[in-house]
Amino acid sequence: MKKDITCISCPLGCQLVVEKKNDDYIVTGNSCKNGIKYGIEEMTNPRRVLPTTIVIRGGLHPRLPVATSDAIPKGKIFDAMAIINQVVVDAPIQLGDVVVKDLLGTGIDVVATKSMPKVS
Amino acid sequence: MLYDIIILGGGPAGLAAAVEAYDEGAQNILILERDLELGGILNQCIHNGFGLHTFKEQLTGPEYAERYINQVKEKNIPYMLDTMVLELEDHGDTKIVHAINQEQGYMLLETKTAILTMGCRERTAGAIGIPGYRPSGVFTAGTAQRYINMEGYMVGKEVVILGSGDIGLIMARRMTLEGAKVKAVCEIMPYSNGLVRNIVQCLDDYDIPLKLSHTITFIDGKNRVEGVKVMQVDEHLKPIPGTEEYIPCDTVLLSVGLIPENEITRDADIAIDPRTNGPIVGELRQTDTPGFFACGNVVHVHDLVDYVSEESVLAGKGAAKYLRGELKTDANFETVNGEGISYVVPQHVCVDNLEQDLTFYMRVRNVYSDVVVNAVIGDEIIATKKSRKFLPAEMVNFKIKKEVLEKYPDGKITFRVDPKEAKK
Ligand SMILES: Cc1cc2nc3c(=O)[nH]c(=O)nc-3n(C[C@H](O)[C@H](O)[C@H](O)COP(=O)(O)OP(=O)(O)OC[C@H]3O[C@@H](n4cnc5c(N)ncnc54)[C@H](O)[C@@H]3O)c2cc1C
Ligand code: SF4
Repeated sequence: MKKDITCISCPLGCQLVVEKKNDDYIVTGNSCKNGIKYGIEEMTNPRRVLPTTIVIRGGLHPRLPVATSDAIPKGKIFDAMAIINQVVVDAPIQLGDVVVKDLLGTGIDVVATKSMPKVS
Repeated sequence: MLYDIIILGGGPAGLAAAVEAYDEGAQNILILERDLELGGILNQCIHNGFGLHTFKEQLTGPEYAERYINQVKEKNIPYMLDTMVLELEDHGDTKIVHAINQEQGYMLLETKTAILTMGCRERTAGAIGIPGYRPSGVFTAGTAQRYINMEGYMVGKEVVILGSGDIGLIMARRMTLEGAKVKAVCEIMPYSNGLVRNIVQCLDDYDIPLKLSHTITFIDGKNRVEGVKVMQVDEHLKPIPGTEEYIPCDTVLLSVGLIPENEITRDADIAIDPRTNGPIVGELRQTDTPGFFACGNVVHVHDLVDYVSEESVLAGKGAAKYLRGELKTDANFETVNGEGISYVVPQHVCVDNLEQDLTFYMRVRNVYSDVVVNAVIGDEIIATKKSRKFLPAEMVNFKIKKEVLEKYPDGKITFRVDPKEAKK
């Protein structure tokens, strides 16, 4: 298996080619060793933090920004969106409040990224 | 009441300047903000990636803002929300700020100094002149960002984005996650104006095509957008006949640049630099009119909020120094943009005011590798900034030691792109 990956560990943005040979991964196109680490991780287990919003009632705005507390597997992003989009909370909310526990069995929570007081 | 400092705008620049000025002893401060909350544009930037330099953590925009808002609240620095500043008047030692809000009506507020932190706004379709009707469905990327992330109003289903600035890239991902189909991002230049990480994580992750050297030449539709005509451009940015492609869509997002918001500054006769479209400032962000300071996006457009905070600390220090009567006014140096550099901030430097080393912020004109940026006085290279790559999208921050600057009496510091010295 072979994959083209752009390294984002620094602004140079090297075009990496990551190739699986038996049980080893071979990275080419990198200009430094950080590229090897990034390339292998991106090939074997790409993960992303997912920031989005949920519905909030009684707050200053109708939407509350939230994000996963850690990076989740990239392949689960759309499943995660489907779950997060169902969530409705009531103001007040404090930054860091958990709005979804253990998202999709990843052990990772979804938390509020903003405090929103109740407005009457 | 006579304030020490009135701060115009409660975004990250205004907040950081307020906190620093307070810590430096100026306690009679007032922040004026036209929005319903503090935090500025960060409130709508819900994505992560902020604060890597300042807090060594990846924060979202609202989280980054809240850290500063909490400091302002802990120090009991007063602020007025939903309050619009209309005008500034300079009467030497006193300044008058004209502002308006629903509760107090029209106010004339007196202050010894003012810090301008009004941020920037987006260029619009009118500003770039795309032919076609003006149907609904054309938004600036930042307006769409606010609608979706704060109001919960989805702006469209099938989207073409013009311009590959960071806000456009971020919105390509955001709209995709919310179920829209982003059909293309068109960029007239042969390179993107966005950060590499945003191209990878916002476009590549979702297989959104980035069409470099392409532009929208026509927006089709009378009431609502029905599609766009996209054409390839040549090296003079002129559309190439025969390359027309019609892309059906109901929404066009424009991410074609930001302009510092300086109507108030101009009306107050504060000198503006045509290169940055922001006020001319010194090392502590003093403008050419004594007692007025400016920092953040109102001075020059920053791509990372971390640098906004860094710069705003200088303005806070500067205002406090001015109030103590310690701010020296004779600049020794003028900064000049040489080959390959489009602007440099600050535009002048008075070394006596420096407490520490000074960072110069600048942008390069092109994508460069195998070059360095040199700071030159006369024929002498006084400092060199190295990087593997320089991009117009990434502001260069170039720190020069105070001791180095002190060696030279006065003159011009020219910043220029030079070929890398061959290794010996
Ligand atoms: C749409 C958009 C998206 C952006 N996304 C990012 C991003 O993802 N990452 C990043 O690092 N940077 C981003 N930026 C750049 C960002 O603006 C800066 O990082 C930072 O927010 C600038 O801080 P500031 O305080 O100078 O300006 P702002 O955050 O714009 O704050 C200016 C404040 O002044 C207030 N104001 C203006 N005029 C008046 C007036 N007359 N009276 C009273 N109040 C006034 C405004 O309401 C606002 O709150 C974005 C900019 C825009 C425009
Ligand atoms: S491989 Fe090294 S030099 Fe190249 S982009 Fe990655 S971190 Fe930068």
